[in-house]
Amino acid sequence: MVALTPRERGMLDGVEGPAVQRAMDLLVRYAEALDAECFVETNNIAGVPGSSPLWVKQHYAADGGDYRAIFSRFDLDSDDVVDVPRFSGISCHLQGGMDPIHWDDMGMSEVAHQNFVADEQSAVAQGAQMLKTCTPYIAGNTPVMGEHCAWMESSAVVFCNSVLGARTNTEGRHSTSAAMLAKRVPDWGYHRKENRYGKHLIKVETPIDTIFEWGMLGYFIGDQVQDEIPVIIGGIAQPSLSRHKHFGAAAASSGGVEMYHMVGITPEAADLSMALGGRDPVRTIIYDKAARSKTYETLNALGQSLDIDYVMLGCPHASLDQLSEIADLLSGRKVSTQSALWIFTSRAVKALADACGYTKIIRDAGGLLMTDTCSAISQSIPKGTNVAAFDSAKQVHYLPAMMGIEGHFGTTAECIDAACTGKWRARLEARG
Amino acid sequence: MSHSVVVTQMRPESALTPDFILRGRKVVGGKVAGEALVSHETISGWGGVNAATGTIIESRHSLRNVSFAGKILVFPGAKGSSGWAGMFHMTRLTGTAPAAMLFNVMTTKIALGAVVVRAPAITDFDTDPLDCINTGDWVEVDADRGIVSVFSGGRR
Repeated sequence: MVALTPRERGMLDGVEGPAVQRAMDLLVRYAEALDAECFVETNNIAGVPGSSPLWVKQHYAADGGDYRAIFSRFDLDSDDVVDVPRFSGISCHLQGGMDPIHWDDMGMSEVAHQNFVADEQSAVAQGAQMLKTCTPYIAGNTPVMGEHCAWMESSAVVFCNSVLGARTNTEGRHSTSAAMLAKRVPDWGYHRKENRYGKHLIKVETPIDTIFEWGMLGYFIGDQVQDEIPVIIGGIAQPSLSRHKHFGAAAASSGGVEMYHMVGITPEAADLSMALGGRDPVRTIIYDKAARSKTYETLNALGQSLDIDYVMLGCPHASLDQLSEIADLLSGRKVSTQSALWIFTSRAVKALADACGYTKIIRDAGGLLMTDTCSAISQSIPKGTNVAAFDSAKQVHYLPAMMGIEGHFGTTAECIDAACTGKWRARLEARG
Repeated sequence: MSHSVVVTQMRPESALTPDFILRGRKVVGGKVAGEALVSHETISGWGGVNAATGTIIESRHSLRNVSFAGKILVFPGAKGSSGWAGMFHMTRLTGTAPAAMLFNVMTTKIALGAVVVRAPAITDFDTDPLDCINTGDWVEVDADRGIVSVFSGGRR
């Protein structure tokens, strides 16, 4: 039985109102499922409070099918519908279902867009900060070392734990929405120092420099360690934010990595002993040229045709330096009439890209820079797409399987080239 | 408020002796009986499951296109997106959720998913259920007591 403080007992008894009571009830059931001993307080919550497609609203038609019904019945898994007060914890909304401007280009209906607008207005009224991104850490919510968070989004979770040294488990829709009201999550997993040490040692024996290489390394490691913590040593140079972003997202997709250490680089890995908590690694795994080739083949297994209909960049959402690089690569070129180029980022980074002139360069070249979502989250691809190309190991892992299309994986430059020529001309051997 | 789910499919006690019994820890309470569906691979929620049909859709998964609706789902655990619980909650809405979940590796994804699916769930077994339960076995789950009774080869 999870131990409750007097305040938590009061919340469970309804002292702070019915919505907080339902939130605490859900959190207690969750903590007991985990066999957690107590809760940890959090004031940094990232989720998708109350947002839902129309069919879920229609499911709750008898309850009014509105935000209040969805938040009660679905988010809090409550047996009744209650009034939901303004969120007490600092709460941000992660990615959503469509671009707020180019939803029509994405093939969304007017009705679906109206539902999107209504959900956003309701979430804002509850006090949610509409970061609308899978990368809250570069869009207005950057946790600090040791901060207890309650975050959804596997790529954000791994960044939060590994790069920032903040503490979060991979929370879900219900636990984040409940935490927005109760400011608690189970004190389990990555909230506890003893669970943050590395288990497996990864020796990198081939140079890792671009986001392309970092993505492949992450994809390989996730497959090897599944959801346990890898400690990486060897041929890695200080990765930039974007390289961490692609590495972590890939490792979280092929396996379920929620935390990693890079010795001498990440904050809880000043040296090997600190990363491993003084223990020996369970296993030592080598990433060499052969492992790299095999990973490349796996990521390109669903790419046969070399005629590219669609290039998608921005998974996880593009950082400003990535948009700068894309603008440079597109400068003086045009997207082929045979293909489409969609790039996804956060609203915050998009505003900066507008100011820096990147958005105009992308638009003038015939591409679209969009926010809030991506092709996987929105399940939206340009009409008639049979073959797509990506610079993200995570996106090529998910999207072709979800949409029944072919997919290629390569560098950002290769993807831009494919968008401008309609042809996939990348080969791993060419890069040596 | 009570969240226990009681499904009265269980035959009278002592009707037949099970071939073997597993003991574990209750994750979500309740009693149910049904046919086992065993996956030796972890299961993705968002992007890995079609909630309208309760079917696994992940490419390269050995149970691709197989439905877990109404089955006693026996598997190592959850993987993938943080949308796991959201997706499995939707299977409850569409009536395609598993009848029970028996698994080995505890994660936040599966804990939250099991809670909102509201089907009986057990973990931390004395014997690995993946080693002794086969697809098609008849399985009686008493999650409140952490007991799983297995009738090999199906219902008798």
